[in-house]
Amino acid sequence: MPPLPLPASVPISWYLTLSAILFSLGVLGFILRRNIITVFMSIELMLNAVNLTFITFSYMLKRVDGHIFSFFVMVVAAAEAAVGLAIILTVFKNRQTLEIDEVSSLKN
Amino acid sequence: MDAILFLVFAAIAVICGINMVVQKHPIASALSLVGVMAALAALYLLLGGEFIAAAQLVVYSGAIMVLFVFVIMLLNAGAEKKAVLRPWGKYFGAPLLLVFFGIMFFVVQRLTPASAGVVFGGFQGAGAREIGQSLFTVYLLPFEVTSILILVAILGAIVLARKEID
Repeated sequence: MPPLPLPASVPISWYLTLSAILFSLGVLGFILRRNIITVFMSIELMLNAVNLTFITFSYMLKRVDGHIFSFFVMVVAAAEAAVGLAIILTVFKNRQTLEIDEVSSLKN
Repeated sequence: MDAILFLVFAAIAVICGINMVVQKHPIASALSLVGVMAALAALYLLLGGEFIAAAQLVVYSGAIMVLFVFVIMLLNAGAEKKAVLRPWGKYFGAPLLLVFFGIMFFVVQRLTPASAGVVFGGFQGAGAREIGQSLFTVYLLPFEVTSILILVAILGAIVLARKEID
């Protein structure tokens, strides 16, 4: 078996494809899972995939702006995690459940 | 060498991502997510972003995931029941996701120049010095707005999670 022909430099498209795969996995977790915490973690996975895209394009364009954007995404994700987990705590305190289907008092 | 490193860390990221989606217990999902984030930090290093790689490790797989694990243990969350997939999700969600991924793959293959490749050390312009310079000159206003956002988030978290005292 001949060795795999590995390129000397990694093509940009590999990084972007990896980002698309991770984003799709995040969406899949978001629509499949029923635990409210896991759904929240899927959102974090999607944010990470977008960060990878930012950094990759930053490399491609040889500019620093992508890094700044992904830095801001991190800050917003931290704020979102703090508030979201506080909301989850409150929901659990009032309902004693983490199933996302049982928290449906806004329906109808 | 670069390609081998990329493939190793990409494989770690994808495997941990799949594991996160299929695991039933939230703790297993959280630890898989830590794996994804650590692998992504290594990929940021390969792309020349030392500062972002360190921030990824400290902020994401450090602070945010500790918060998640803390809440999971605080709520004593058990394994979730068998996921009931509605017909909408089964017959539209998954195929649409495949279509989305296919389109993304196609666009990525067509858009990016085939000649440009990523080599380690090929981009030196994103160290802490350059990021700091850019952050405090061009992006000063968004940076200050960010501080207000953090303040609002802290207040919101305290108000939401406080214990009612009569």
